[in-house]
Amino acid sequence: MAKKPVTFTLNGRESAAFAEEGQNLLDFLRRSVGDLSPKYGCGQGGCGACTVLIDGEPHLSCLTLAEAAAGRKVETASGLATGPVLHRLQEAFMERFAAQCGFCTPGMLVSAKALLDCNPRPTRDEIVEALSGNLCRCTGYEPIIEAVLDAAGERARA
Amino acid sequence: MTTVETFPTLAEAARAMGSGAAFFGGGTVLMRDVNAGDGPQRLVRSADPALTEIRAQGETVRLGAGVTMARILAERDLAFLHPVARQIGGPQVRNMGTLGGNLFAPHPYGDFAVALIALGARAVLAGQGGARPVEELMRERARPPLVAAIEIPRPRSGREFGFLKVSRVKPKGVSVLSVAAFLPAEGGRIRGARVAWGAMGPAPMRGQGAERALEGGELDAATIARAAAQAAEGLDPPTDALASAWYRKEVAGVHLRRLLERMERG
Ligand SMILES: Cc1cc2nc3c(=O)[nH]c(=O)nc-3n(C[C@H](O)[C@H](O)[C@H](O)COP(=O)(O)OP(=O)(O)OC[C@H]3O[C@@H](n4cnc5c(N)ncnc54)[C@H](O)[C@@H]3O)c2cc1C
Ligand code: FES
Ligand code: FES
Repeated sequence: MAKKPVTFTLNGRESAAFAEEGQNLLDFLRRSVGDLSPKYGCGQGGCGACTVLIDGEPHLSCLTLAEAAAGRKVETASGLATGPVLHRLQEAFMERFAAQCGFCTPGMLVSAKALLDCNPRPTRDEIVEALSGNLCRCTGYEPIIEAVLDAAGERARA
Repeated sequence: MTTVETFPTLAEAARAMGSGAAFFGGGTVLMRDVNAGDGPQRLVRSADPALTEIRAQGETVRLGAGVTMARILAERDLAFLHPVARQIGGPQVRNMGTLGGNLFAPHPYGDFAVALIALGARAVLAGQGGARPVEELMRERARPPLVAAIEIPRPRSGREFGFLKVSRVKPKGVSVLSVAAFLPAEGGRIRGARVAWGAMGPAPMRGQGAERALEGGELDAATIARAAAQAAEGLDPPTDALASAWYRKEVAGVHLRRLLERMERG
């Protein structure tokens, strides 16, 4: 079975690994590259736990061909913190108890990051929309929305 | 076992299609089968820039089949299509899912195709001259021809075109049904009414009952009532986890009425 070399940028660093024929990006990141932050929830596009950013936009890594990441910039939740310093979204998620089991959290975080990167002062409605492709089965959405509002530093608009 | 072949041009991709091959757009439908070990034998991709080309000006808009829902939403000149693109999946799906893939996505998907059929859009096929009505391609869903681009006539005013999607889960549930209406008027009378439905048959389809009721009339309460009464005529909706066929037919008129009333208000 042919393996294809895939060179891409992962959280700002040049990375390369071999992708199997038809392998999805989620499996590739977890098994071949060793980034375990994107989660396998359904493999069907329904849950968003596998969300990663490709060239800054949220994509479902379970529905992306690994080889399609060649030459692209991929960001995952494991790239959010700078050394021991958490990203302000991670801080806000902690403060607001926005993670219970935490399975949806990496996907939520990167979806929220993509939103704040292009819209630093989102309204509550814009946050709900931006997270609408990410399911949470235990925390409930309110603390998550509150955390994103906190991170955006704009609670007044809520 | 699925293999993936990538070609620089659409012409080469078209030649590579054939037995066991599916063209790979955004993959939001195809990859589910691949992940389940049930994918096509061959996935054919193309990096042809023509696939993602957008010509948004003029009376007829031309969009490459590989244009995503998110790209449509980012084009100010495509505002008439924004209410449709916005309602397809969540942000991730809109960043990935393409126009070409929406034409052949199975029930209950295909909301964009519904709008395209109502607008009388035409599909440019790879390696072939001319363009064919999108509506015609719905009959070839089992073996879709490779679509290079879609040509969409731009409505002359916001009142001419409307789209409505009904889903249970907000804001990103799939369709109980979707309906689009294109109602050009001459001297206050509707001439060339086109109504299209999604999730109301094996594929997105025209709603001839409603079209007949609208044709030649004014978009007023009486015409709208007649169209609503005839809405379900000729529709053959499936029963699935979202709704029964009976329910879909029962509510078709209600939702068509809401759409038409919104268009009447302008
Ligand atoms: C969570 C989720 C929610 C969704 N919600 C919606 C929704 O609300 N409304 C909706 O309509 N859809 C929805 N979808 C379905 C799907 O994402 C969209 O229909 C999308 O537009 C499909 O495009 P794609 O490029 O990803 O298709 P692909 O998976 O790439 O392809 C789908 C089919 O089209 C064929 N195809 C693709 N491109 C071409 C081409 N250029 N020429 C010929 N054949 C082609 C493929 O061979 C395949 O048969 C959803 C999917 C998911 C996972
Ligand atoms: S694992 Fe990708 S959407 Fe659920
Ligand atoms: S915290 Fe458990 S699914 Fe969201």
